[in-house]
Amino acid sequence: MDVALIAHASLILVVFTCLLLAAAVMVYMERKVAAAIQQRYGPYLVGPRGMLQPFADVLKLMFKEELRPKAADALLFSLAPILSAAAAFAAFAVVPFGAETTLFGLLDEPLPLGVADVNVALLVIFAITSMGIYGIVLAGWSSNSKYSLLGGLRSAAQMISYELSYGLAIAAVIMMAGSLSLREVVDAQAGYWLGFIPRWYVVPQFVGFFIFMCAGVAETNRAPFDFPEAEQELVAGYHTEYSSMSFAMFFLAEYINMVTVSAVATNLYLGGWHGPFLPVWLGWIWFLVKVFALLFFYVWMRWTLPRYRYDQLMAFGWKFLLPLSVVNLIATAAGVLYWG
Amino acid sequence: MDLIVFYALGTLTVLASLLVVGQRNPMYSVLLLIASFLALAALYVQLDAPFMAVTQIIIYAGAIMVLFLFVVMLLNVPREEPDVPDPSRLFGGAGPRRLGVVLALALVAELVWALRRLGRTPFGGEIPEISSVRAIGRTLFTEHAFAFEVTSILILVALVGAIVLARKEA
Repeated sequence: MDVALIAHASLILVVFTCLLLAAAVMVYMERKVAAAIQQRYGPYLVGPRGMLQPFADVLKLMFKEELRPKAADALLFSLAPILSAAAAFAAFAVVPFGAETTLFGLLDEPLPLGVADVNVALLVIFAITSMGIYGIVLAGWSSNSKYSLLGGLRSAAQMISYELSYGLAIAAVIMMAGSLSLREVVDAQAGYWLGFIPRWYVVPQFVGFFIFMCAGVAETNRAPFDFPEAEQELVAGYHTEYSSMSFAMFFLAEYINMVTVSAVATNLYLGGWHGPFLPVWLGWIWFLVKVFALLFFYVWMRWTLPRYRYDQLMAFGWKFLLPLSVVNLIATAAGVLYWG
Repeated sequence: MDLIVFYALGTLTVLASLLVVGQRNPMYSVLLLIASFLALAALYVQLDAPFMAVTQIIIYAGAIMVLFLFVVMLLNVPREEPDVPDPSRLFGGAGPRRLGVVLALALVAELVWALRRLGRTPFGGEIPEISSVRAIGRTLFTEHAFAFEVTSILILVALVGAIVLARKEA
């Protein structure tokens, strides 16, 4: 069999498995970090230091009864979690996570680490994120319950509003890198200024990084922008009527979206897989470190900051973040023109 | 292989589009239209135009169809009721129903005629290398800059109109 074909297929398998494991690790990390912030222990019974807790959770969810409200639209009710999870996984297909490697000389030509190397990768991510909105809207509508509908509509409106700032922040980075391909954006961040400051885009584009992280948190419906699934206000928002594996699918989709946003932020602003002390072919270790730093930041924000009210949330997105991202874009354009 | 993929995607597109008009539930129609657009985007990729494909998904399937979905959800568009013949009218009131079939057949006949004519005329000139984003951007902002600016003003007018219409009277 063709070695390259096997390598590619196993890369897809590795990425898929790692995403699932990442979701499990996120569940654990969330609970332990929440516990630490709230000065309590968190899970410690299942496995060493509670590390098998996510697997126990998944087992429990698998054995729960799968409910469906009688008035719910059966097809759309089943389709919504599938759409959410599929969009979440698909977005990661164009994210590169390492430099080219020949697997210690096994391969004839170097294999770039990433499922697909598309030269419009950033637009593809944007497109698939837009598709993820449908899962939430359909979940809210097809449940045929007022909490779900309100939560679904609010969530969809929030995601659409913050997509604008998200896209404009990405556009500023595209201008600086001169390419839509994520691999080229990362490669443009290699090297150092003055010998020790890495050429990461977070240094010139710190405003853009702020905008991107705010918009990313809002896109994934995480605190402090998680009003649509606020337990105290809406029971549970768009996933109120879901139980067992469908509920697990929504949560999986949310965590994978977080991982994707962190991975894209790492590639766009934090230099991807470039880092000191390690050879370039081990760059994926740096990538993992940076992605997990951003994920820790996500969890830290959730358990520290209070939630935005919905009108505050929308006002922040439209009246502050969008003008700021336009100004950032113009300033970046001026900078690129002036300094080449 | 290419041909198999093309036929599969083409069948998907046409089938989804046909099913759009055959649904009782308007939400299913919207979702089938989205599926049709996704298959269309895949066809664009096969035609070596990845930017077109992604733009199609972002703008058409991702923004305009969300608008459609919101409208259908919030305006509570009712399900279509099955056609019941009206005994008090001639032929059971079949005029409007049958006219649609006749018009559709006329459209199909015209399309077949036009496409057969197109197949017979030779395509003059070579296909320009226009699929890269850089080339599209360059052409859009130099040759078609006027159309670009006018389109943006048009969108601004639509935006202002929508806000004015939806505003509550103080």
